Amino acid sequence: MSLSAQVTAGSQATEQTSGKRKAPLSEGARAERRLGWMLCAPAVIVMVAVTAYPVGYAIYLSLLRYNLELPNAIKFIGLSNYAAVLSSPFWWQALEVTVVITVISVAITLVLGMLLAMLMHRTLFGRNTVRTTALIPYGIVTVAAAYGWQYAWTPSQGYLSAAFGNSAPLTHQVTSIAVIILAEVWKTTPFMALLLLAGLSLVPEDLQKAAKVDGATGWQRFTRITLPLMKPAILVALLFRTLDSFRIFDNIFILTAGANNTGSVSILGYYNLFNALNLGIGSAISILIFICVAIIAFAFIKGFGTAAPGTDIGKR
Amino acid sequence: MATVTTTSSQTAGVTARSRRKAGRQRTTLAQKSGWGTANFVVVALALIPVLWLVSLSFKTPTAVLDPSFIPKSWTWSNYTQILKTSQFIRPLINSIGIGLISTVIAVTLASMAAYAVARLRFPGKGLLIGMSLLIAMFPAIALVTPLFSIERAIGLFNTWPGLIIPYVAFGLPLGIYTLSAFFREIPWELEKAAKVDGATPLQAFMKVIAPLAAPGMVTTAILVFLFCWNEFLFAISFTSTISARTAPASIAYFAGTSQFTVPTGPIAAASVVITIPIIIFVVLFQRRIVAGLTSGAVKG
Repeated sequence: MSLSAQVTAGSQATEQTSGKRKAPLSEGARAERRLGWMLCAPAVIVMVAVTAYPVGYAIYLSLLRYNLELPNAIKFIGLSNYAAVLSSPFWWQALEVTVVITVISVAITLVLGMLLAMLMHRTLFGRNTVRTTALIPYGIVTVAAAYGWQYAWTPSQGYLSAAFGNSAPLTHQVTSIAVIILAEVWKTTPFMALLLLAGLSLVPEDLQKAAKVDGATGWQRFTRITLPLMKPAILVALLFRTLDSFRIFDNIFILTAGANNTGSVSILGYYNLFNALNLGIGSAISILIFICVAIIAFAFIKGFGTAAPGTDIGKR
Repeated sequence: MATVTTTSSQTAGVTARSRRKAGRQRTTLAQKSGWGTANFVVVALALIPVLWLVSLSFKTPTAVLDPSFIPKSWTWSNYTQILKTSQFIRPLINSIGIGLISTVIAVTLASMAAYAVARLRFPGKGLLIGMSLLIAMFPAIALVTPLFSIERAIGLFNTWPGLIIPYVAFGLPLGIYTLSAFFREIPWELEKAAKVDGATPLQAFMKVIAPLAAPGMVTTAILVFLFCWNEFLFAISFTSTISARTAPASIAYFAGTSQFTVPTGPIAAASVVITIPIIIFVVLFQRRIVAGLTSGAVKG
């Protein structure tokens, strides 16, 4: 809240000074600015109050020894919580699981999403049927779908378990993670496909035709024309999906609840708060996850040159 | 089985595409069957896990221990069981109420901001977009600990507003993003034209602009509602009883009669119940949802 006030105040100040020295702003332009700020203020206040302020509060909590079971033992302990988390094998285990799930599921989703996008783009008939049914995994409540997968893989109960010789994949680490990835891929491929479809519709048909006349094969046209032209859309879709996958919680919570070392960093943070009731450690985990996400986003935007979606709006 | 079918869908897609490219001019029977197969595989993969839940929800408690895909004996008892108890009905009402209120507030606030972004020139616009984007990508777990602590301190824990406020905050970026893309497509000159023709500003807005803006707002409302309906982490973290717990969270707390009996049937039935609104939305508004989800990306 204070941030938005500062920003508004600051911009108003610059407006006044620039108004005096440079070309004075017309009354209309000033009114437009005021209206713009007024219209954005409620949204900004809510977003800042629910995110920026709690993050600041989490930084403060993470520096305290604060266990809800020992309310009288609250004490400032500096970075000890971070040291405790970073020297704990549980954190690294959870981070490893999260990274493995993120990398594999995003990679599979990208390939399948691209195929689905091409199908939705080019199919000769049944386009609406495909789009409508593909939206069901996107829209379905993750928890509901996760129960479906859990029972499907339960021995002597599920059709998938039966199909694989009554196997019990949810009782071992590697196979559990495979099931979690399967559930993630099923749920998120349609969203990936829709983001890619938007990019696919921007590839000019003429270019494809010209390349075809010049004798390019279908694969060559795909790798030399479609992919380069779709690069911005692909990178944005990857960024969204990677960050979304990194915070995976629902599927794991239902499928394994983190048993057999299958917990993600979000699961670790959750259990630290609600089972260990440790606000200090929980906050330190929260901040570390936040830093991880910031690093991923930064790597995408700086490393791959992902145009941050929405930047075009800023220019207008 | 899943992996096998996935691979076949890949090959089906690839061969269908190459076939199509080989003879763009004529639609051969082979092409048609290629696309038909690919379409069929996609539809099957999307629906089988949902149909499995439906099947489970109709199985009798003894037949649950039978891995066949189609129940051998059918029963409504799982549905009557969950719809009789407040353990599911009350969370269902919470879900609908919290979802609708959050959606109305988020779409209203987002419309105001998106109008400003699409139509007005003012400094700080880039900051607003950047902030929305940051929140859209925010790891929700990073907020759970501090918000849990804050909500307990100010008495919002386990109340409707305790969930509505974070839902609005996370619905806003989605709303601002989608709506500003829609609003930029509206021919705003029409408003001026209407005024020139003698309409009052209110008339110009109500008769000309509102009908043009409505589809975008409906789309955004659907997307925000789906988000609220789906949300799980906040719902289990900021509630402790059924007075505010939402439906997905309540399913996770369904208890069997003993530690060893998992209430599979009722859980499946409840899952089907909360999936029905989504299927209705998807069937009725497929075009709008696709347009809404792709609007931001196309402009990027």
